[in-house]
Amino acid sequence: MNAFNNKRAADALVWLALLTAPYWMPLVGGYTELGTHVVILGLAAMALNFLLGFTGVLSFGHAAYFGLGAYGAAMTIKFLVPSTPLAILDGVLVGTVAGAVIGPMIARLRGVYFAMCTIAFGQVFYFIAFQWSSVTGGDDGVSAWHRMPIDLGFTSIDIFNDNKAFYYLALTMFAVAAGVMAWLLRSPFGRTLLAIRENERRARFLGIPVDRHIWLSWVISCLFASLAGALYALLNDFVDPRALRWDMSGTFVIMTVLGGMRNFWGPLIGAAIFIVLQDQLSSHTQNWESFIGLFFVLVVLFFPRGVLGLIKRKTTQ
Amino acid sequence: MSLLQVENVSRHFGSLIAVNGVSMTVEPGELRAVIGPNGAGKTTFFNMISGFLTPSSGRIVFDGEDITSLLPARRVWRGIARTFQITEVFPELTVRENLRIAVEVASGYRLKAWLSSAADDEVKARVVDVLTMGGLADKADRLVGELSHGDQRATEIMMSVALKPRLLLLDEPTAGMGDQETYNITQLIRKLHKDQKLSIVLIEHDMRVVFHLADRIMVLAEGATLAEGTPKEIAANESVQNAYLGKAA
Repeated sequence: MNAFNNKRAADALVWLALLTAPYWMPLVGGYTELGTHVVILGLAAMALNFLLGFTGVLSFGHAAYFGLGAYGAAMTIKFLVPSTPLAILDGVLVGTVAGAVIGPMIARLRGVYFAMCTIAFGQVFYFIAFQWSSVTGGDDGVSAWHRMPIDLGFTSIDIFNDNKAFYYLALTMFAVAAGVMAWLLRSPFGRTLLAIRENERRARFLGIPVDRHIWLSWVISCLFASLAGALYALLNDFVDPRALRWDMSGTFVIMTVLGGMRNFWGPLIGAAIFIVLQDQLSSHTQNWESFIGLFFVLVVLFFPRGVLGLIKRKTTQ
Repeated sequence: MSLLQVENVSRHFGSLIAVNGVSMTVEPGELRAVIGPNGAGKTTFFNMISGFLTPSSGRIVFDGEDITSLLPARRVWRGIARTFQITEVFPELTVRENLRIAVEVASGYRLKAWLSSAADDEVKARVVDVLTMGGLADKADRLVGELSHGDQRATEIMMSVALKPRLLLLDEPTAGMGDQETYNITQLIRKLHKDQKLSIVLIEHDMRVVFHLADRIMVLAEGATLAEGTPKEIAANESVQNAYLGKAA
């Protein structure tokens, strides 16, 4: 029961911190966009972790679906309709459909073969965005557009000028996504994913069609990664091919492992550490990535279950 | 009708012939043991029944249906469950969670994102039944990876039982166990066979276990059937004694 209460307390703490972030962040030297950044990339890493931590499958190409979500949202506003909700919907649709179509080709692969194929597919989208400049803007990306105020009929929320309003829009999306993922993981379907992570052979001989369940988990993961991507484009009012590149995928994996991939909140904590470190270090040195790399290596060597794994061990001792 | 008919199956690995034209018929409610010296092809034979391997030739019929090249999961759906020589469980989940997954899959809930409270209660009750049947009730909330080898094996067997199989395949259920654990697992299998009327095929090295449990015994040697019969007939069979029992004694 104690573990159960600890978990409830941790959930409450995370939600409280997220809900009040725009108000306490300036007090510790942060700013609202930094919080928005954490929430959005944290969502992408949590989407990845649905697959990595709870299904046991490592994707090294999640930037593809993140980036497709971003391009989908950006191009919707720039070329189709100036509507933020439709941009998000479009981004999610593009990323999820791409994931669903690619899924069957890789769902039968395992381990390093799975990881390699996800990178390869990811790079395909990167090069398309990079080369097809007449549509995607190539290396310059999709610019000269911005997120639109949300019109609710009786009132309009100005998420363009009001950073706090955009933060709360991103947090609302994050909450829905996190809620759905947590719900799924507590369902019979979610338990079949844990079963696959724990022991694929046993899962198969319990009558679980493993490849099909991995495909489903993959599509769910791609859906939330593309949601994060759409929000990312809206946050920056811009998207370029770097959102699709393999090092972006690597960033999601690093965030997840930093925070702890067996923990539901791990990737969010990892994203917070990563982004705050990046924010602080990059104002001092251009080589901030080497410091993050060093930190990552230390965590992997000494706390293989991530920062949250360490905290969990300390509290249970 | 027989529950399982294996007709003249063979399996080659390159030029190695692991199993060469073996047949076996299992009747409903029967407990059949497959024995034989190391390398006799027992596990290969077993893997072909459970779908882990497909036969190079021959036919396997389960309850009147040809299942020779059916995928493992589909054989499970038709009622064939198995355990492995090296215990296959979900180590970082509790015994209760291990069994719960099996019960949910058996109830057709594997794709459900939500269970009604009636369905949930039913699943929980069934898990408690299976826990109790397997003598695991007092360890229900421990991680399986922390349990003794014998209890892990009991968990694996009970996960297969939770699937409500019509045929249970046990690959060396007492391998690597001490006397007490061997006794416990033997009693469990006996209970499943006598009380739950489960049809069972098992591979076993421990002759005490085999002669205590089996209705009929099949002896494999060098990939082929050496003898088949009741435990008494097998104990009296001269070629079996020469090939196998003689060496063990």
